[in-house]
Amino acid sequence: MIRGFLAALGLVLLWQGLVWLTEVPPFLLPAPSRVALALADRWESIFHHALITASEILLGLALGSLLGVATALVLVAWREGRRWLLPLLLISQAIPVFAIAPLLTLWLGFGIASKVAMATLIIFFPVATAFYDGLRRTEPGMLDLAATMGAGRLSLLWRVRVPAALPSLASGLRVAAAVAPIGAVVGEWVGASAGLGYLMLHANGRSQTDVMFAALFVLMLMALALWFATDWLLRRAIPWQPDSLLTEKVTT
Amino acid sequence: MPSLTTPGFRIVLPRGLSLGGQPVLGALDLAVPGGRTTALLGPSGSGKSTLLRLVAGLLPVPAGGSVQAEDGAALAGRVAYMAQQDLLAPWRDVLGNITLGAHLRGEAPDLARARAMLAEVGLVPADQGKSPAQLSGGMRQRVALARTLMEDRPLVLMDEPFSAVDAPTRHRMQSLSARLLAGRTVLLVTHDPLEALRLADQIFVLTGAPAVPVAVPVPTGAPPRPAGDPALLEAQAALLERLAEAVA
Repeated sequence: MIRGFLAALGLVLLWQGLVWLTEVPPFLLPAPSRVALALADRWESIFHHALITASEILLGLALGSLLGVATALVLVAWREGRRWLLPLLLISQAIPVFAIAPLLTLWLGFGIASKVAMATLIIFFPVATAFYDGLRRTEPGMLDLAATMGAGRLSLLWRVRVPAALPSLASGLRVAAAVAPIGAVVGEWVGASAGLGYLMLHANGRSQTDVMFAALFVLMLMALALWFATDWLLRRAIPWQPDSLLTEKVTT
Repeated sequence: MPSLTTPGFRIVLPRGLSLGGQPVLGALDLAVPGGRTTALLGPSGSGKSTLLRLVAGLLPVPAGGSVQAEDGAALAGRVAYMAQQDLLAPWRDVLGNITLGAHLRGEAPDLARARAMLAEVGLVPADQGKSPAQLSGGMRQRVALARTLMEDRPLVLMDEPFSAVDAPTRHRMQSLSARLLAGRTVLLVTHDPLEALRLADQIFVLTGAPAVPVAVPVPTGAPPRPAGDPALLEAQAALLERLAEAVA
C-alpha cells in the first residue's frame, strides 16, 4: 500500500521535472502543480460534476450486477432457456458498447439514464459470466453428498450451488467495479449536459488542459475508492474466498 | 446378524455395467449382510467407486440389474455417504456442516444432537463455531464423520474415507469410525489392504477386466482389529500380492 503510494508520488515528481525541463506549453501538458491549482480553483464545479458521474456509476453497478446475477441464475436453473439466452449473452458482448452509445443517448436522452444504461451494459457481462461459471463448477462430490442427503433441486441451488459460487461472483463484481467508470464516462462523452466526462470535453474545447487533468484525477480517485470499497465489502461478506489480488499469499 | 433396522442389501448386475460404452463391471451378484462392514478392495479404476455410487443412487441401475434391500423397502433415504474428500461447506461453520443434511432438506436442525456428535468424534465444544478453513485435515475428517453419523442412516457408504489424511490420523480415524458405526450396514471402498483387514467383516477384491468381486478370507476377531496382529499382517501381505496381480 505504502509502496504503491510512493510509486505514484515518484511518477508525479517525474512529470513535474519533465515539464520544468522541457518547458512544454501548459495547454499541451500542464505541470502537476498547475493541475492542483485548477483543482482547488474549480473545486465546486468539479465536485458537482463528480457527484453526477458517481451516481451514474453506482446506479449502473447496482443494476448491472442485479441483471448479471439474475441472468446467471436463470441460465443455470432453466435448461431450455439456456439455449435461447446463451447466444443472446454472447451477441450482447459482440456489439461494442461504445458503438451503441450514440443510440442510447438518442433513445434515453442527454440525462443520467443513458449513462446508467451504458454502465449497466458494460457491467452485466462480467458479472453474469463469472457467476454462471461458478454455479456450473460446484464440486461434484458436494453435489453427490447433497443428493444422498435428499436435497431438492431448489435447495441444491440455493443452499449448495449459490454459496459455492459466491467467490466467483465476487471476482465478477471486482471486474465490474473496475470497468463501471468507463461506461459512465463514455456515455458522457457522447452526449451529456453534466458529469466529469462532459466537464473534460468542455475544458478540452477551451484548451483548459489543467482542468481536464483535474477532472481525470478526481475520476481516478473515484474509481480507486469504488474498487477498494467493493473489495473490502466482498471480503467481509465472503470470508472463505481466496484472498484478493492485493494480498499476496506466499505458498510454500 | 442381519436385522430389519439395519438391513443388508444385494446388488445384481446380470450384464455388468458400462459407462460411456466402456465395460467397468462384469456380471455380478453381491450380497452385503446387514449390520456388518463389507470392504470392497481394488486398485484405482477397478470400478469400486462406481459400485458404491450405484448403491448410493447416484448412478442409474442398468436394465435388468437391481440394488435391493433385504427388507424390500427402497434404499433411497436410508443411505449416508462419506467420500474421500471431507466435502465440508466452507461457508458453514463446524456445527453448520454437521447439520448440513437437515439444512438441505429444510428441516430444523437438532443442535443438541449435533453437539453430542461433535464430542463423539473427539472435537471440543470450542470447535463448533470454527470455519472449515481453520481445521486440520484430521479434524475436517472428524467433522465429516460427525456429519455422516448425524444423518443416522442404517446404511453407510464410504469411498476411501481416510485416504487423504496422514497415516497416524488414518489409524485413529479407522478405530473411531469402527466404534461409532458398529451395528450399521457399512460398505467400505478402499485401496488400502490394511484398512480393509482392520475394519471389515468380509472383504471382496475387484478382480479382472471388467471387474468382478471375489471374496477373500478375513482374519478372526471383531473389527477394529489391532494393526500389529501377526495374522492380520500376513493376510495383508497376501492381499497386496493379490492386488498387484489384479493390476497386472
